[in-house]
Amino acid sequence: MKITKKTNVAIIGTGKIGIDLLYKINRSENLKCVLVSGRSAASDGLMIAQKLGVPTSDHGIDAVLEHENIDIIFDATSAAAHLKHWQLIEKTGIGMIDMTPSKLGKSVVPAVNIEEAKSTQHVNMISCGGQSSIPIINAISSVVNEIDYVELVSSISSKSAGSATRVNLDEYIDNTERAILDFSKSKRSKVILILNPAEPPVNMQTSISFKINNPPMDLIVEAVRRQVTSVKKYVPGYDLLFEPKQVDDNRVVVMLKVTGAGDYLPKYAGNLDIINCAAVAVAEVMAGSIKLLNQSVGN
Amino acid sequence: MKVTLHDATLRDGNHAIQHQLDCQDVIAYCKAAELAGISALEVGHGNGLGASSFQVGLSKHSDSELLSIARNNLQKTKLAVHMMPGFATIARDLGPALDIGVDLVRLGAHCTEADISERHIRYVIGRNREVVGSLMMSHMVGKHKLLEEAKKFQEYGALGVSLYDSAGAYLPEDVKEKISYLVNGLEIDVGFHAHNNLGMAIANSVVAVQYGAKMIDGAIMGFGAGAGNAQLEVLVAVFEKMEIETGIDLYKVLDCARLAANSFVKKAPLISPTSIVSGLAGVFSGFSKHVEKAAQQYGVDARDIFFELGKRKVIGGQEDLILEVAAQLKRNLKRN
Repeated sequence: MKITKKTNVAIIGTGKIGIDLLYKINRSENLKCVLVSGRSAASDGLMIAQKLGVPTSDHGIDAVLEHENIDIIFDATSAAAHLKHWQLIEKTGIGMIDMTPSKLGKSVVPAVNIEEAKSTQHVNMISCGGQSSIPIINAISSVVNEIDYVELVSSISSKSAGSATRVNLDEYIDNTERAILDFSKSKRSKVILILNPAEPPVNMQTSISFKINNPPMDLIVEAVRRQVTSVKKYVPGYDLLFEPKQVDDNRVVVMLKVTGAGDYLPKYAGNLDIINCAAVAVAEVMAGSIKLLNQSVGN
Repeated sequence: MKVTLHDATLRDGNHAIQHQLDCQDVIAYCKAAELAGISALEVGHGNGLGASSFQVGLSKHSDSELLSIARNNLQKTKLAVHMMPGFATIARDLGPALDIGVDLVRLGAHCTEADISERHIRYVIGRNREVVGSLMMSHMVGKHKLLEEAKKFQEYGALGVSLYDSAGAYLPEDVKEKISYLVNGLEIDVGFHAHNNLGMAIANSVVAVQYGAKMIDGAIMGFGAGAGNAQLEVLVAVFEKMEIETGIDLYKVLDCARLAANSFVKKAPLISPTSIVSGLAGVFSGFSKHVEKAAQQYGVDARDIFFELGKRKVIGGQEDLILEVAAQLKRNLKRN
């Protein structure tokens, strides 16, 4: 039996994203969470981390800087806080996976460009909407000549949107719109986010509309089905709700449903699941290369 | 007693014509509204700034085109916009709208989600413009929750908070209960935005004022989403009869109605069978055109779509679910 040493990771931010990540990291064969650091000793998130037997701190980024044995950090705070965190971390050579829509760092969507995670110290996970839609947008982009416009509408349960998400709505939209353009041929993009308070809570739902002249529907359907299979490898609850369909002359619609694993929040919170599953997939790839990066920084 | 009427014609009315409002009509109506002494006139896409989309409908003219021509034709009447975080952002939409010269921002959030608007409200205040909060689909929760959310708007600095009956689902008793509770619990003004799905728009607006509302929304000829809004010229007449001051000239607002009838109101809003169902099901009025289209495409009953949407507690902005529900109803039909 081959025994590999696990890569040490830390989480900053003890909100919904941070704690759900912890559950997922604990299941990883390659990653070990050695620190969860927040700003309030009384936060629910820190208490959950303690119950799970993970070392905690309420000193935020400082605790990470003082720790001597961390290879990768997940930043689950806010876009504004991330700017400061990255300034402090960059020179240390520690890998940084940014869960906030800060626009810094290399955007990675595992189904599309996971290889990029090997050669960068700083990855940005875009947004939950970006992680759910970009695999499909990229797949369709690869089988058509031109896309005039892509529109993404995500509805998520209010309960799954923590305070940082609520403050960062503008950044979420801006960062996701940019990433859609970066990962496709589309000339324009628009992103809409709806928070629905319905009880029982609604599953995360994503609708993507494309403006494509004479869309080759057979190719599109095949490409989308194939991509859903790839995404399911790292996000088991990722499913097509509405197969690509041409509605009107030049509009193609695809709908997806993301059911969560039910780790920290119940299964409706697919938005937490998709970005966190993607981040863990990125960390596992980074883990193999981060030590090399560290050595080169050290030299 | 005094009440401020906000005219939503050139915004909510845009729902009635699938957001195809023409620049010429904006110019003509702005001039007429100015003459009538309308306090504030809302202009733009039916779902507000930044909302032009496949999801809720593509605008014929961009926000900046509509706002610029309105700006050029309004002096005393305030130029207002509706904006919902999640659709619009400060950088892409709100900032440019204020650059054009918008005077009043009506910041809408679903009635349980006021906190997503904090940054946008503070931004508007920072730029020395007026801002009021709008709690959309306010029939969906009780008075305690509404007050809790309204207090957030108050804390962020909004000058007032309006309850939106976006689905036209309120009965006068509901208005009385919720408006009086908010009036008692808040330091800022309270308002009401009616829809007419159950024929209650004027009655509900009157009850709102009787229980302390200071801001009432209307649209000329009721020109608004679904069964339309409270008919503005009727509100003016009724308030005049009740000796409530609106600052609006009755004859001139009636002239506005004539102008609208002869230009952009091709078909006055009607309480259609689907609108009645929409009101009963508590579904956003702006869905009606999309539901009718999907019903036709899938060969299913629009009324069934509305009731199913109601069961799922959909809110404004979830228009994509209409297609999914229509497809599901069709599958059920085949199975039976």
